[in-house]
Formats: sequence, structure tokens, C-alpha cells
Amino acid sequence: MDKQEALLKYVLRLGDNALVLGQKLSELVTQAPELEEELANANFALDYIGQARLFYSYAAELEGKGRSEDDFAFLRDGNEFRNVLLVEQPNGHFGDAIVRQFLFESFYALQLEALARCSAPRVAEIAARAVKEIHYHLRHVSQWLVLLGDGTDESHSRVQRSLDDHWRFTGELFAGDEVDEAFEREWDGPRLAELEQDWNEKLDTVLADATLTRPAAQWMDGGGRRGRHTEHFGYLIAEMQFLQRAYPGARW
Amino acid sequence: MADENWPLYEVFIRSRSGLSHRHAGSVHAAGDQMALDHARDVYTRRNEGVSIWVVRSSEIVASDPAESAAFFDPAADKIYRHPTFYEIPDGVENL
Amino acid sequence: MYTQGLDPSGASADPKSGAETSADLERFQSRIDAEQKVEPKDWMPEAYRKTLVRQISQHAHSEIIGMQPEGNWLTRAPTLKRKAILLAKVQDEAGHGLYLYGAGETLGTSREQMVDGLLSGKAKYSSIFNYPTLTWADVGAIGWLVDGAAIMNQIPICRCSYGPYARAMVRICKEESFHQRQGFEIMLELSRGSKEQKDMAQDALDRWWWPSVMMFGPSDSESKHSAQSMAWKIKRFSNDELRQKFIDVTAPQAEFLGLRIPDDKLQYDAESGHYRFGEIDWREFYDVLAGNGPCNRQRLRHRQKAHDEGAWVRAGAKAYAAKHEGHSRTSRPRAAAGCQHG
Repeated sequence: MDKQEALLKYVLRLGDNALVLGQKLSELVTQAPELEEELANANFALDYIGQARLFYSYAAELEGKGRSEDDFAFLRDGNEFRNVLLVEQPNGHFGDAIVRQFLFESFYALQLEALARCSAPRVAEIAARAVKEIHYHLRHVSQWLVLLGDGTDESHSRVQRSLDDHWRFTGELFAGDEVDEAFEREWDGPRLAELEQDWNEKLDTVLADATLTRPAAQWMDGGGRRGRHTEHFGYLIAEMQFLQRAYPGARW
Repeated sequence: MADENWPLYEVFIRSRSGLSHRHAGSVHAAGDQMALDHARDVYTRRNEGVSIWVVRSSEIVASDPAESAAFFDPAADKIYRHPTFYEIPDGVENL
Repeated sequence: MYTQGLDPSGASADPKSGAETSADLERFQSRIDAEQKVEPKDWMPEAYRKTLVRQISQHAHSEIIGMQPEGNWLTRAPTLKRKAILLAKVQDEAGHGLYLYGAGETLGTSREQMVDGLLSGKAKYSSIFNYPTLTWADVGAIGWLVDGAAIMNQIPICRCSYGPYARAMVRICKEESFHQRQGFEIMLELSRGSKEQKDMAQDALDRWWWPSVMMFGPSDSESKHSAQSMAWKIKRFSNDELRQKFIDVTAPQAEFLGLRIPDDKLQYDAESGHYRFGEIDWREFYDVLAGNGPCNRQRLRHRQKAHDEGAWVRAGAKAYAAKHEGHSRTSRPRAAAGCQHG
């Protein structure tokens, strides 16, 4: 795979992760356990939609076929989206959403820190902006994980269960493929093995504070990088893309 | 219904270097760090702050306004007419 | 305006109750007349306090419930830009609710009590939010009409006599202007689009026009307590004045959009400089107010569900705080500490 192809594919994946998680967080609006959390959640969703727009706009330029950020978001079918499966998991209860966000962001923060140093200037630039946002998110969701893990018996068992339920989606974060390898080689991209080590250490610290037990090693789900999703994804894009699909070519 | 009240915090924001902190409003939070986060989310969405102070409302010491009257028994250290700032001992009914 | 006409019977404390003498009331009134602000610990008539608690909390509830009809189209917004704008708007509404609950809390009630009032059905919120958002055009119509009407009411309240409420309104007004613009922009785009989009816009206007006009509440002659609220500078303009202003401002905007306001009697009267308009069917208003609107049950149930499902979360956070009580004092993050360096 050549340098440019790797760059385009990598950037689209970043956009896809951001868009899908942004969409899931948008679904949570009006469902927060307290009004202050509504503002926090909306802030996170806005950050993700913003990042998706930056990545997709850049991808459109790279591709050079006249597509727009909206074309990527609204006119691609499921198998063209290459997000990790973790971000498309259902919202569930507050604990599920926090765990999903925590597991992803403890990876994403490290990925962005590495990307801010890569040799693709636009990616580095976007990553440098995004990493500040994600550090703030991560502190917030980590705090919640600790509060709930070391809260009441009920909150503890709920988030322990959330952690157990989401664990099988964490392997995929570090299961690189030829695009990751090419990006690492050609653009001085993140070294996933190093990221994984860092992630494990940071995770263990937070889980200890939260009095939560790290789930046992288990089979890991995957396929997102090949456009193979979980069943939830079809519904997500059907809802998201409806207007553009029903009124092709319309301006909004 | 009274299961999990989060305490009230007052929020003070310094909008720009060189200015003092000004009272912006209040938030509920379960702890100090959360209060800071909430204050940031609520009161600095449009870049209105470089520094945030949060204080538990119950810890603010306030002066008596000049015209306070005896009817409402103003305590010198309660800034609002807030029922939960007042501790009622167990066994006292109807309060 | 989120509270106009919601309690036509109103509640007013007997001015002779407690120990409010007419001298006290007169002194209070002169402060008001001199445009002095009333602050939380100042002496105030019980009826003044009660009216404010009711008005402020109803206003707060309206913002929170209002997030639902608009939030309904977040996941289906047709472009990423529109999604982001709508997210920001709905987030602002949560923020507005929060500022207002905060203002309410300065008057002897708590967030919990106010929320209880909403969920039990005792407290009202603006009935406009009991209508469904059926199409994307509804999002535009709400921004253009409902926020437009709200702004009209909110600006005068920035000068209301109660300090915390006035200050909350100043914050809100600063943020509100973009809300109306985004709504109008959506309508504009639709009105310049395909036939289906134009029809969508017209249909939304057909459904939202009269409820928006009714938002201002019945004529003040119907309300015994309007006069007292005006005297205490809680309310600064009459319902009819505000409604007329809204129609005068909005009718030309509809013309610009090429959309037809669903009122056969609507006509500009050059002599008065105002638009004449048709008779309002107040039955619908009172029906919806009484709980018989399309979405009343749904809105409250949704809010109740979020509240109930969040109970374990709030309890968990509180339990943690209690366990680590001394801890959080000593491990306070540096950013918050220190008067000199803050």
C-alpha cells in the first residue's frame, strides 16, 4: 500500500471513530442522571462531531474526488465505515456509557499524543487540538468510574458488569493491520504495542482507585477495520443518514 | 424522593487575566473536582474563563444586609434562604 | 413568557400574614420603584418570593423539557454542521435551566424540590413543548418562532427587580440570539430548496404558528395577578403587548421566506403600524395546559425515567464523597487553590 493510500485510510478511521462515538453520545441527550452531566455529555458529543468534521474534511482533500465531510458521514454504507466496534456499542445505562468512553478514550488519548508527533502535518495538527479535548474527557470519565466503582454496592456491581461486558472490544484497539503498519512506517505513526503497554498501566491505576477487577483474558471481538460491524451499526446509520438518503442532493 | 442530593457550590470565574473572579452562579456536584468540571462546562462554554473557583455554598460567610428584618431570622453565615443549609436534629418533626 | 398565563388563579399570600405590615410593603415598593435590585437575603413580601419561585422554576422546567422536542432530531440532523449547531443549542438549554434553578435556589427552595414539583405534575412548564417535532423543518420552526417569542419576553426580564433572576436572564439572552438565527437559517434553506422541502417548511409553520402565538398567554385582563407582578417589576410588559410585537416582527419574516402564516385574518394595518390577526382558540391552550396536549405525558415520563434511572448514579457519587470526605479537602487540585494565584 502506498504512502497516500495509508494516510487516507488511516484518517478516515479516525473520522469514523469520532463520528460514531459522537452519534452515540448525541443519543444520550436528555437522559443524564443530573443536569450538570447533560452539559458535560453535550460537550463531549460536540468535541467528537468537531473532530469527525476535521478528519473527514481532510480525507476529502486527500481523496481529491470532490466528496465532502457530509458525503463521508451520510452516503457511505456500513461496510465502508471502519470504526472500532467499541464505539458503536449500545448506550445501556450511565455506567455502560462511562465504561465505553473510558476504555476508548484511555486508548484514544495515547493515540492522539503519538499522532501529534507524527510526520503527517495536518494529522499532527488536528491531533494536537483534539488531545486537549480528550484529556479533559478522560479525566471526567475516569473520575466517574472511580466514583461509581467505589460508591455504593449497587454502583460498584453495575460498573463491574459494564467493564466485563465491554472488555472483549478492547483487543481490537491494538490489533493493527496493514494500514496501521503502513502509517507507522511511512508517517511515523503510533506504535500500537507501546500504546498497549501504556494503556494497561494507566488502566490498572484507575481500576485500582475504582476498586474494580480487571476482567480475565478472553476472546476479543474485531472486524471494525474491515467494515464488519456489530448488529447495532445498521440501526445507527439508518437513523443518522435518513434525511440525506430520503432527499438525495438536497441542501440543508 | 430525598435520596441523593448533591451539595450546592458557588462558582466564581476570572474571565481574563487582570480581572478579579466574579460570581457566575451555582452548580450541584458530589465533590470538589466534579464541581470544578461542572462549573467549567456550565459557565465557560464560550471561552468566558481563565480561572474558576468553586466553594461549597454552605461555607460562605456573608454579611447581613442592612435592611434585614427579624421575621426571617437571618443567620449571619447563610447566604441563601436554603432549607438544606439548616441542620435539623433527628426527632424534630415537620421541618 | 414560558410562564405567562400558566396559573391564572395564581397564588398570593395574604399580605397580612406573618408580620408584613403595610409600612414594610410600602418601603419595599419604593425600593422597587427606584429600580433598586432585590437580593437573596433582603426582606421581601412572601407573595413576591412565592411568585418568583414559581415563575423562575417554571421557566427552568421549560428549558429542560424544551430539550426533548429539539433533541428529538439530534441523531437525524441532515448534515454534520447542523448536528453540531443543534447540539450546542440543546446544551445551552440545559445550561439555561441550570442558571434558573440556581436563581430559584436563592429563594428558599432547592433543586430537588423544584424538580419534584415538575415530576409530580404540580409545577407547570411552557405548553409549547407539549407539541411533537415531526420533521426537520420543525427544528427550524421552533428556533425561529418559539425562540423568537422567548427572546421577546426575556429581554425585559433582564431588568426584573430580583437580582439573581435578572442576572441569569442576562446570561441567557447573550446565548439566545444564535438560537433564533439558526432556526431561521434552517427555514430559509428549506424554503429555497426542493418542492418537498418547501412543503415541509410550510407544514411546520402551519403546526407551530398558533401554539407560538399562544405562548404569550391569555390577555392580561384574564389574570388578576398581572398587575401585582408588573408593580413588583417581575413582569415588565403585558401579554398582549408582547404578542403584538412578536406578530409584527415575524409576519414580514414569513413573507421573506415565501411561507404563508395560517391566519386568514392576518393583515398589516398601515394606520396603526401593526398587524391585525385572527382570534386565538384558547381552548387548545387550556387543554394542553391541563395535561391534554399531544406530548404532555411523554415529556414528563421521559424526564421521570431519566431521573429514576440516574438515582443509583447520584447515590454512588454521594457515597464516594462521604467515604472520602477529608480526602477531597487535602487533595484539592492546584488550579482551584490560592487566592493570589487563582
